[in-house]
Amino acid sequence: MSASQPMTGVDQSQGRERRLNVEEVRQDFPILSQQVNGKPLVYLDNAATAQKPRSVIDAITHYYESYNSNIHRGVHHLSQKATEAYEQARVKAQRLLNASESREIIFVRSTTEAINLVAQTYGRKHLRPGDEVVVSAMEHHSNIVPWQQLCQEKEAKLRVIPINDKGELLLEEYENLLNERTRVVAVTHISNALGTINPIEQIIEQAHRYDAAVLIDGAQGAPHLTLDVQALDCEFYAFSGHKFYGPTGVGILYGKGALLDSLPPYQGGGEMILSVSFEKTTYNVVPHRFEAGTPNIAGGIALGAAIDYVNQLGLENIKDYEDELFRYATERLSRFPELKIIGTAEDKASILSFVLKDIHAHDVGTILDQEGVAVRTGHHCAQPVMDRFEVPATSRASIAFYNTREEIDVLAQGIQKVLEVFK
Amino acid sequence: MSFLKDLYQEVILDHSKSPRNFSELSDANRTADGYNPLCGDKVTVFLKLKDDVVEDVSFTGAGCAISTASASLMTQSVKGKTLLEAKELFRRFQDLVTSGTAEGAELGELEAFLGVSQFPVRVKCATLVWHTMQAALKNGEESVSTE
Repeated sequence: MSASQPMTGVDQSQGRERRLNVEEVRQDFPILSQQVNGKPLVYLDNAATAQKPRSVIDAITHYYESYNSNIHRGVHHLSQKATEAYEQARVKAQRLLNASESREIIFVRSTTEAINLVAQTYGRKHLRPGDEVVVSAMEHHSNIVPWQQLCQEKEAKLRVIPINDKGELLLEEYENLLNERTRVVAVTHISNALGTINPIEQIIEQAHRYDAAVLIDGAQGAPHLTLDVQALDCEFYAFSGHKFYGPTGVGILYGKGALLDSLPPYQGGGEMILSVSFEKTTYNVVPHRFEAGTPNIAGGIALGAAIDYVNQLGLENIKDYEDELFRYATERLSRFPELKIIGTAEDKASILSFVLKDIHAHDVGTILDQEGVAVRTGHHCAQPVMDRFEVPATSRASIAFYNTREEIDVLAQGIQKVLEVFK
Repeated sequence: MSFLKDLYQEVILDHSKSPRNFSELSDANRTADGYNPLCGDKVTVFLKLKDDVVEDVSFTGAGCAISTASASLMTQSVKGKTLLEAKELFRRFQDLVTSGTAEGAELGELEAFLGVSQFPVRVKCATLVWHTMQAALKNGEESVSTE
């Protein structure tokens, strides 16, 4: 870490005055202190999955070592303890999103499952032939395909908000797409391929003028931005645990309580019922109605630990730090005349997609890997974005709060090596 | 850099920058498409078979340096070969890029791909065009995928 990132050591009570001490923060992440291909690991693939702090790993171990048990049924001690910890995690997610009730928080496997849940419950209930669903041209495949499937089944129409050359949504075009047949607007908070932060407040407000429900894909948004679903007024907000420094296999779907009450179940099974006979099944209340089967208990509890960890650092401190490092990275990479950044929105999160001359992203990725640098290469599950920018693939460096300026310099040196190999 | 030099040998860099037989073949009687969904590499192989012999061969498509060079060198090496010889060449090439030994392979310039074996995720880049060529030999209009 260069001296240009001073750590003030001001205590937490002073809130916004506190800065991240990146060297201290890195100590919390056991995986970071290793060598890859003989070089110190430079992990810049955080938009694919983030690394886990010790407290998250410990939460999983502690659960399995000391109170592994099934939840919501047993009357015995361990079951009660596990239930309590799992439900506490739900409350932590509720507070993170500033939802008004904990029952508005549904545990799912991933953002993908959350979107499928909404498509299969809200979507199937409300869509009629000729209705419309609006997505954007910068969506991840997981916020396209579930709606495409639904539209096919319901003979509804999928409409797409276009983007400009910077990778920003064209909001006037969006306004023109909206009409009284629009039932759902499903848009990402932050683009995983471009880094664009979308003006979701405005998107939600416009959709509501046509009584359309809004789902925000927060897979990239939740780890970087302070959230308030009540102020946003979106119907649904979804994010994944593993991009939030928590484990894989667990995610969160927020839904407005009264709306969730009106929806049919997603999957059938245990937990989602109140009573079952062969004649009739009575469904359980929200959120359990949407949580059939034994869930990822350890994962939910560990996601709670990840939320604690992020809160302790402070999301605003995290964003300040990431923004500063991102500006440095953008400036550093822009020095290469052969490098073109894909996605240059005014409002951007710490995601840097780029192409290097006509060198394929996989060749870039392989050479960077030899330098210990992990970036994502490919279409980032956003093929329509690649088509829009007429590139087959990009290399993507995505920054987290544990990355350093030195690591950005190593990335830049790696890019120099790529250019030497392909000169 | 040594692993990298093994992977990106001069002959590979040369063929990736100026691929040979890189065009559609107007009198082809066999074609096949290949696709690697992992990286988006796409290739189309055109073959002109006469009796049992590959009289002419070409390719089009877009991909990484390894896949483009592999396609280019594949066309050079199967031209004039019989069906059986082409298949045998593929078998030996696949051995080379997976096992990492060129001993007895007698693959000529194709031995430049020896270094690929040190990069398991890149093996598909090297073999995509060969799978596609084999699909074209088998029955023509067909699409292969590495997944």
